[in-house]
Amino acid sequence: MARSRLPLWRRISQIFFLLVFIALLIFTSLRPSSGGSGDIHLRAPVRLFFEWDPLIAVANAIASHALYRGLLWSLLILLPTMFLGRFFCGWICPMGTLQHFVGNMHSEAKRGKQRIDSNRYKRWQTVKYVVLIAGLIAAFFGSMAIGWLDPFSLLVRSIGLALLPAFNFAARAVLTPLEHSHIAAIKATGETLHTVLQATVLDFRQTHFAQGLVLGIVFLVILAASLRITRLWCRSICPLGALLGAVSRWSILGLHKDPATCDKCNRCLLNCQGGDDPIGGVPWRKSECLMCMNCVGSCPHDGLAFRFFRKEHEVATPDIGRRKALTGLAAGAVVVPLMRANTGLDKSRHDRLLRPPGALDETEFLSRCIRCGECMKVCPNNSLHPTLEQAGLEGLWTPTLVPRIGYCEPSCVLCSEVCPTGAIWQITPKEKGWVVGVGADSQPIRLGTAFYDRGRCLPWAEATECIVCEEWCPVSPKAIYVEDAEVVDSAGNTKTLKQPRVDPSRCVGCGACEYACPLQERPAVYVTSIGESRSPSSQILLNRK
Amino acid sequence: MAGEIDRIQDQHPKPDLTRREAMLQLLRVGGIAAGAAGVGYWLSEHSIRPVPARAEQARRDHRIAANAQDAQWPHLTVIQGGEPRALVQQALENLGGMRRFVGRQDVVVVKPNIAWDRTPEQAANTNPEIVAEVVRQCWQAGAKRVIVTDVSCNEPRRCFMRSGIQAAARAEGAEVILPDPELFREVDMGGVALKSWPVFTPFLEADKIINLPIAKHHGLVGATLGMKNWYGILGGQRNRLHQQIHQSLVDLASFMLPTFTLMDCYRILLRNGPTGGNLEDVLLKKTVVAGTDPVALDTWVAKAYWNLDPEHLPYLQMAANRGLGTVNFETLPVKVSQIG
Repeated sequence: MARSRLPLWRRISQIFFLLVFIALLIFTSLRPSSGGSGDIHLRAPVRLFFEWDPLIAVANAIASHALYRGLLWSLLILLPTMFLGRFFCGWICPMGTLQHFVGNMHSEAKRGKQRIDSNRYKRWQTVKYVVLIAGLIAAFFGSMAIGWLDPFSLLVRSIGLALLPAFNFAARAVLTPLEHSHIAAIKATGETLHTVLQATVLDFRQTHFAQGLVLGIVFLVILAASLRITRLWCRSICPLGALLGAVSRWSILGLHKDPATCDKCNRCLLNCQGGDDPIGGVPWRKSECLMCMNCVGSCPHDGLAFRFFRKEHEVATPDIGRRKALTGLAAGAVVVPLMRANTGLDKSRHDRLLRPPGALDETEFLSRCIRCGECMKVCPNNSLHPTLEQAGLEGLWTPTLVPRIGYCEPSCVLCSEVCPTGAIWQITPKEKGWVVGVGADSQPIRLGTAFYDRGRCLPWAEATECIVCEEWCPVSPKAIYVEDAEVVDSAGNTKTLKQPRVDPSRCVGCGACEYACPLQERPAVYVTSIGESRSPSSQILLNRK
Repeated sequence: MAGEIDRIQDQHPKPDLTRREAMLQLLRVGGIAAGAAGVGYWLSEHSIRPVPARAEQARRDHRIAANAQDAQWPHLTVIQGGEPRALVQQALENLGGMRRFVGRQDVVVVKPNIAWDRTPEQAANTNPEIVAEVVRQCWQAGAKRVIVTDVSCNEPRRCFMRSGIQAAARAEGAEVILPDPELFREVDMGGVALKSWPVFTPFLEADKIINLPIAKHHGLVGATLGMKNWYGILGGQRNRLHQQIHQSLVDLASFMLPTFTLMDCYRILLRNGPTGGNLEDVLLKKTVVAGTDPVALDTWVAKAYWNLDPEHLPYLQMAANRGLGTVNFETLPVKVSQIG
């Protein structure tokens, strides 16, 4: 009975990869380490996991006619799938594992006959192929919108930008009262717990993300759906699962059913993950099977087995049909051109859409960005946030810098290092050029340009000394310069103070001035995207130094 | 639903309560009612309008007690021409040695400037070798704990790493504490401009505090020197301090009186301070200025490197008027040493 051990091995594999994924995600952040004064790099960002994602690789190749950095590694998943089927979904994918776990929970909506019926193949399981086709056609038209639904992208975005910050809040809310306890033992326990958590799972500081609530709820709803139908997401929507399902048609490993022994007891359906009809009398559906191996051990007559090179009646290709395939083609072909017909990209770009340093020009950027939020997760200043409307509907959840919350740190390039698709092209601090590039031939990377609201600025409008913006301006010579001015205060006294101005030829748009401005809720100096170096059509000056 | 309950009750007709059961039930209900009333009364007693925790009021005076031998030591010493560690060693020797300042079992907080995400060569933070040497001497003098900390302006993890101070101080065995939003206490600073402010706790719990600023250019003040380093003990919205910068500096300096000050002038950021970045703005001076008179120290350095007289830096005279020191450093015993 060596076979029945397979679900155990599968479980070990699932837990292992889930833990690796969570660990990589948690450590996709700047942690206080004993590093020296050199450039700061991350050793193991969660992008390593993305490099196994064939969907991102295929879509990236279609959209950009190239394969970014480590995405070639995804062949490690794609090629074995051609021989072994969707083992990735059942054995590796952390999104699948989480749903598998929730699906195993006791649920009133999934008992006895209902449960068996819920695990029979359903026509709506072909929706994911429509999603896949639409996503790949969208990629052809230059939009990586498929990143909204890619499972890794979904995981990083939801856990990194919503669940982990929520966990950080909850942990601190519990630990802080313990640490402030008057009872020595409780205080010591709290402090020890805090130290341990701080060294492992807690972030250095509490982060907040725009739309964190929405991202979290969407994710929890997807997981909760498994209480009703196991792995509803994997079966019906996941475009990566669809891709692997399509590729597995040539697989040489398959389910052998012994028709003689089957008495239709339905036991194999109780724990079926993919909804692929392991039961006798109907053909097995290869493209739906997740290789979870649950059916094999559940058959009381040992009538089920996975075998190589078996010859049996099966449904190898996705049961999609010409009409649905055309629906997918049409959806992808219509949606992107429609979104591009809108304003927001070529015409009337949002003035506050500040892309991270190294980001490609907007069309190139949208053809690569998969909205995974890894750049936002890693940013040590919590400066990057998912967009809502700033980048148009097409750009939903792409990153934008919000200087009021955090500015771009001059010698930091972590977002460009973690980007899995090169939407933010990898740059070095030297290439960024905000500090070390001074005097060099190369141009600095600019995110935008700062402007003053003289109706709010203290030295301009309120006869009050300030120029904190000038103090924080990180370039040298400073882009903010001051001029002595005589002003009259409300008492009629004349006084001399320094009024700030921006030299647009020096400003790199980092947003430090906006961040440091005391008028926090609407800073008197603010950065807009004009002059961003990635966009040749968005310049102010004839010559920028 | 109701019909179902009726049906169940019909099947099991309930006998009347016995006296004993009735008493027990009354006791239970009575107990819960009394408890609820008690909790309600207690809560209503505590229901006062929330007020911020009362700020503690305490001037932090870490100066050493006056001593008969004080006369033999200068109030200010200038060491020129050496490497950072040698400069610190000579400066402390001139001032009477670390043992004069740090006693056995002292908790010493060393306060360098770790405000910016800059490397030592860019001279926006205190030189890490200077910090390391001071830490080493504190241990030698018998300190119980040596803490190195600052409340950075830029992202603290980056500042502590890239300044080189975290690695250098840890190598000498110091505790390096990064600013933590939960470790601030509201303090009434009793100043003219600064009243109640959150102060980083390690600075409130020290026996001795050593100020290790770096001399830099500053757009608003002219130069950022020793007293400006106390910005780094504060939390809260410190971007408001610029509005009355000189008054703020004096308020801070009279709240936090260091054991001594040792100013890093090894590299001087002459322009585009206090952030700098450009190596062309940095001048190698290989100097350390140390002493027990913070006013004289700032006055000396401002004059030496920016040719700024006390008239240009009003806070110096204001601090002298508060009895924190003197602007006339010529009147003080100043010891200048050339090494190397």
